[in-house]
Amino acid sequence: MEDNIIFLDIEKMMLTSNGKRNLIIRAEVKTGELLALYGSSGAGKTTLLRILAGLTKPDKGLIQMGKTIWFDSAKKINLMPQKRSIGFMFQDFALFPNMTVSENIRFAQNDKNNNHVAALLEAFGLSEFKNHKTTNLSGGQKQRVALARALASKPKLLLLDEPLSAIDAEMRAKLQDEIAQAHKILSATTIMVSHDLNEVFRLATKVLCIENGTVKKAGTPEEVFSENSISGKVQICGQIVRIEKQDIVNIITIISGNNQITKVIAFENDIEKLQVGDQVIVFTKAFNPMIVKVFS
Amino acid sequence: MDEAFIQTLWVTFKLAVFTTSILFIIGLPIAYWLAYSRFIFKPFIEALISMPMVLPPSVIGYYMLLIYSPRNGIGAWLLRNFDLRLAFTFEGVLIASVIFSLPFMIQPLHTGIRSLPDSLREASYTLGKSKIVTYFKIIIPNIKPSIITAIALTFAHTIGEFGVVLMVGGNMPGETRVASIAIYDEVQSLNFTTANLYAIILFLVSMILLTTIYSVNKKNEKWRII
Repeated sequence: MEDNIIFLDIEKMMLTSNGKRNLIIRAEVKTGELLALYGSSGAGKTTLLRILAGLTKPDKGLIQMGKTIWFDSAKKINLMPQKRSIGFMFQDFALFPNMTVSENIRFAQNDKNNNHVAALLEAFGLSEFKNHKTTNLSGGQKQRVALARALASKPKLLLLDEPLSAIDAEMRAKLQDEIAQAHKILSATTIMVSHDLNEVFRLATKVLCIENGTVKKAGTPEEVFSENSISGKVQICGQIVRIEKQDIVNIITIISGNNQITKVIAFENDIEKLQVGDQVIVFTKAFNPMIVKVFS
Repeated sequence: MDEAFIQTLWVTFKLAVFTTSILFIIGLPIAYWLAYSRFIFKPFIEALISMPMVLPPSVIGYYMLLIYSPRNGIGAWLLRNFDLRLAFTFEGVLIASVIFSLPFMIQPLHTGIRSLPDSLREASYTLGKSKIVTYFKIIIPNIKPSIITAIALTFAHTIGEFGVVLMVGGNMPGETRVASIAIYDEVQSLNFTTANLYAIILFLVSMILLTTIYSVNKKNEKWRII
């Protein structure tokens, strides 16, 4: 595979609802990685994605893709989005209403190849809708068209802006598989904005936690979301969705990576620092876990 | 129906078709520029384009006559170099009419372009398409209702012009005499039958055009972009 390490070191003054904020990001993304940009809204995730796409110009810094310079404020280089070989999936999907599903995908191709269009339609289960206008599709179908379209020009970098934010939980799990598939088909670097922990665990190989315009933490999802990684234990990372008080104990419900619900019993002093929405890690010592086969 | 009557209707129709065609060609790029430009004097240019909506037609007519006058700069230059007189000619009326109807073409197109989500344009750029390809393949096809509104409104407005045509063109049969002026003229001469006929035709044409606009817009309400 071509070596296309992305290096970026940029600064950009953002206008947020809380006033001005400086986005200062320095990061390196290896070829083939699926990087998640995680953080609360207004932290600068989407701005960073747009900067990578060339849709927003940073105030200063350097962005390099392999040996190609995409942006260099010192040399006054700013490569147009058209020249960056990217696939960008917008939050609103940005499908062209004047075109059918297959026309949307064909539009993205530089060298018209009907076999490739058919293969993409097939891979995303869109063959039966290929002649439909995109306005009448459901949210999930729209997303699949948007993904297929983003892949059609065989980009070196796939950028996904909160791909699953408008979709219900069941559909979400299904579409996460499709993103994983897209990443596999393309075998190219993918950067995804997300504020859904499940999504990050399920898909990402690396996470950048962005807070107030800077990278707070970076690493694998496990590294980032567990304070102290100790080996030799079973652990589940997830988010607290409910804390129920029952007589002397409390039942904490946690939803984890694979949309899995885990219930844990906790005592009064355990829950003092916990609240709904916290990211937690549930672990057990080495001798406790039992294994049952569910599928072979 | 006499020849003069047909001739007047023909001039009216010709003026409306020419004005609308010219405005459509120059209106789309101007509307696109207005929608996306960050030029600091843009509000000034927007105001200038919208002036014909608020100014009395006689003011525009007066300035056009000043410009056309062979004693002044532009008029003299045109006469010297191209042997072209614009005052009291069809061409002169056409230019004045284009300026006078400009906002009626630009406004609907501008609103149409602005109402498209930015992501459509940006998606096209990230897919490697140039601004020109995006303009013709994405922007124009997705503002069709606005285009129909703009064309119908400009056409109807041009047919309804009175003041500017009278000031700049006078009332020359076969050259600058349009239906709206003919009505005034016939009433002055107490030819109520002819005036009535002109009036009914103008009324019906405008009614049909406006009905078209409203039915297109009604269909458009149900047709959401996203």
